[in-house]
This record gives sequence, structure tokens and C-alpha cells, in this order.
Amino acid sequence: MNAADGMSGAAIRVEGLRKSYGGRAAVRGLDLAVAPGRICGLIGPDGAGKTTTMRIVCGLLRPDAGVARVLGRDSAREPRAVRERLGYMPQRFSLYPDLTVAENLRFFADLFGVPASERVRREAELMEFSRLGPFRQRRAGQLSGGMKQKLALSCTLIHTPEVLVLDEPTTGVDPVSRREFWRILRELAGRGLALLVSTPYMDEAGLCDEVVLMHEGRAIARGTPDEVAATFPRRLLEVRGAGLPAALTILTTSPLPGVKVHRYGDRLHVVHDDAAQADEVARLLANAGVELHPVAPGIEDAFVELMAAPAGGEATP
Amino acid sequence: MSGEAAVFARGLTRRFGDFTAVESLDLEVAGGEIFGFLGANGAGKTTAIRMLCGLLPPSGGEARVAGCRVGRDTGALKRRIGYMSQRFSLYEDLTVLENLEFFGGVYGLGRAELAARADELLPRLGLDAERGRLTGSLPLGYKQRLSLGCALAHRPRVLFLDEPTGGVDPVARRGFWDLIYEQAADGVTVFVTTHYMDEAEYCGRVSIMVQGRVVALDTPSGLKARTGGVDMQDVFLRLVDA
Repeated sequence: MNAADGMSGAAIRVEGLRKSYGGRAAVRGLDLAVAPGRICGLIGPDGAGKTTTMRIVCGLLRPDAGVARVLGRDSAREPRAVRERLGYMPQRFSLYPDLTVAENLRFFADLFGVPASERVRREAELMEFSRLGPFRQRRAGQLSGGMKQKLALSCTLIHTPEVLVLDEPTTGVDPVSRREFWRILRELAGRGLALLVSTPYMDEAGLCDEVVLMHEGRAIARGTPDEVAATFPRRLLEVRGAGLPAALTILTTSPLPGVKVHRYGDRLHVVHDDAAQADEVARLLANAGVELHPVAPGIEDAFVELMAAPAGGEATP
Repeated sequence: MSGEAAVFARGLTRRFGDFTAVESLDLEVAGGEIFGFLGANGAGKTTAIRMLCGLLPPSGGEARVAGCRVGRDTGALKRRIGYMSQRFSLYEDLTVLENLEFFGGVYGLGRAELAARADELLPRLGLDAERGRLTGSLPLGYKQRLSLGCALAHRPRVLFLDEPTGGVDPVARRGFWDLIYEQAADGVTVFVTTHYMDEAEYCGRVSIMVQGRVVALDTPSGLKARTGGVDMQDVFLRLVDA
């Protein structure tokens, strides 16, 4: 099976992608590559350009400039060929609420022209894989949010695609169902599928092999989740303890130059640059009744820092 | 408000036929506290909140919210609480100021009172320069702050937030939480429900509900220490999947 474009080994390759709606630029020069067996996360807030990028990859939207290739085929020129080998789950995937789980699958099998000879085997496989077997006679409208997402994913997989594009598949799904959903995505990657998954939630970034942080139509950072977190150029101190309100008052009434304070519920994060600043913070808070611990920055810390950086640059490890 | 909890529930229960959606909920949230109310889909969170907001009568137990008895003082209760959801319902073709006046007006604020409240709230929300702008033309982070303003227009004592920062960038999210901390410092009690554990990290205390019961209630740090979880996502999975 030739799952990749010969040049690079990428199943999805996006180069110099641009798209505007009216005068508003949604994607402003994006490059991206996803190899078979890998999960690439497009991470960014609403309006960052994630959905536009995905729709172009799927051949549903023509770019103004640049190219998106899926398994070597240009999505804008050969959308039908691309769609045959690609599964796309949009944000509001339309299941038929008054059809059962099994009937929904059969409907999508018809839609994608899955041959009758394969259909039974494929349905059984997807039922087992998604653990929806016990619910096959339940109407889709009666499923929980997590189960609906699994059924939508199963419908997306009915024609055995090699590339999967999932637009915010876990929005509105609780943490337990989300973990189950990601377990399934990991299993699909293990079978050699290339996955492009978008999410506005930074905590899902760690579940991807590589992430592209998107902001205002551009990639502001990319790499493995650890590499992206490591682009955060500053240090973090976590402040905890009963004296938190006092500590917050001290740090906000006598601010230290270059030191930022963020409140997180029962903790503060103090962003600083060097040991001298950390010592100064410790000295100010010596009698506040709090503990100080250095903590490792996360993707969100990196994102916030990168958003504040001048536009145009991209952090790469 | 000293002494009495802003949100108090004892043995609060709701049954639908044979199904017990909320089983004997005990809760005490102080004035000015930011409380995260977490649970899986179908754990009973929505039912509990509908009771606390006076939208659904309990089958048993008792609750008081902002000094009002749930199930009895329903009219007064609704005037003392505010509600904001991620799927906020602002009028896109009204200006910022008009939205604020509309929602305040629904709660019975008079013209002079509305004008004074707008002058106080808009600068605090960072929306003073946008007061004449059409709401539909605002970026998402601005709409979210306006939506918070609309929920606060009538000076509620308890504010319910349902996944308030879904979809906005982390900078806008931090700004939003700074506004919430200001409200809490003024004594407003904030009751947050969310599926997103990075939002839960912003709460002072959180409870986690499983199958109609609260199985854990503590500060985020306390829950991490107790369960050995590295973050709230991890804590949640350890408690809910146990």
C-alpha cells in the first residue's frame, strides 16, 4: 500500500495555505505534514483557522493560495479521489437521531458505496472497536454525548479511510468519554492511519504526537507537546497555602519588574526569568504563610507567551 | 451574609420515576467562594443546578441559595442569582450597551439604575470603548465578557457559570477569570460547572459527582494530594473511573 506521497512520507501535506472570506483572512500561510501512524493536533481558540484548514484538506473548500495534498493527491483538484480515502468528522456531525446505531452505520455505508460483501464484516468490526455493540438497536438520539461521538467516528470510518480529519471531536464530552475517544484514536494511529485532530483545549495537546499551535491563521509553534511547552522561555513558581490572599496582595501592590502573577484557584503562578527574581519573590512572601515550588510550564503557558510575541515569527524547537 | 452559606444543600434529592438523578446532596459554599461543580455526563449535575436555580422542585431534602429557600421563595431566588453559559444568548444586532440594558431591564432595573450600573460595569469588563458597537461584530472574548456583564447587571449574589470559557484563547480566558476573581472579592459566590478540567483549576474548591452523589469535595491541591493526580484531569479520572 502506498500510503504516503513519495517525496516526504506524509499522508497529509499542506504548503503555503491561504484563505480569506471577504476581506477577512482565516488562514495566512500555513504549512503542515502528518505521517501515517501519527496524530497531529491543531490547537487554537475559535477563529484561529482550524476548521478552514481542515475543510481545505478535505477538498470542501478551495484555498486562495497554496496546496493541500492527501496521499499525494491535490484536494482542490481531485476532491473525489481524496474523499474516497479520507474520513472527515465535522464539528456538528449529522447522525439521524431517529435511526438506530446499526441503521446509521448502514446509511453511511450506502452513502460511501461500501460493497455488500464487506458491509457485515465492517459493521461488526466497528461495533466491537467502538464498544457500541450492546447499543446497536438504540436510537442515536438516545445515546449519551460520548457515545454519539463514537458513533459519528464509526460512520466516518465505514469506508476504511487511511486519513482521518476530526474537527473538535471531543467538545461537550466529559473527561471519561474523552479519554475513551482518544484511546480509540491512538488505536487507529497504531493501524497506520494519519490523523489530523483539532481542539481548543490545551490539555488535549499532550495526547498528540505533534501539535501545531494556531493563532489568527498562522502556526505560532509546532513540535511534540514537550517541545512546544519547552519553547516557554521563562520560569514558573507555584505559590500555595493558606496565606494565598495575602501573597496575592503583596505581589500586586509591590510588583517586581518583569514578574507576572496569574491566579489559578487555590494557587498562584509567578512568571519570572532568573534565580535573583525567584529569591526576591521568596523574600517578599517569607511571612505570608505560603509555600513556593518551581513548576514545569505547560502548553498553555507557551501559548500565552507566544501570543504576546510579535506576529510573523514561529517558534520551532 | 456572614454565618450563612451562600449555597447550602442538605439531603437534596431528585427522583424521576424510579431513577434517582441526585441522591442526598450536601453542600455548603461560602459567600465569595469560587466553587467548581464537576461530574461526568449524566452524573446529575444539571439536575442539581436546575434545583438550585429554582427551575426544578426537589423530591426531598432542603436547599437555600442566597438566603432563599429552594422550592419556596422562587421569585426572590431568581432575582438573586445570575446565569451565564458558553452558549450565551446575546442579541447580535443590539449594541453592547443595549444588551446590558436589555438583560438588566428583564430583572426590573429602572433607567437611572441601568445607566449607573453600565457606567460601573463596562470599564471593569474592559468594554467601555465598545459600548456603541454592534455585538455581532465583536471578537469572541469580548462577547464572553459582555455575556458576563449581562449576568451581573442585576447584582446577583450567586453567579452560575456553565463552561464559561469554552473556545476562547488562553489570554482571553485568564482575563475572564481575573474578572471572576474581582467579583468573588466583592462577595459574589461563583458556582462553575464544566467538563474541562483546565477550567476547574481556576476554582477555589471543587466537588466531583458520580451517579447522583458527590464523591469528593476539596481544593484542587487537596484533591491532587489525596488521589496522587498530577492535574485535575488526572484527579477526575481516578475518582470517576474508580
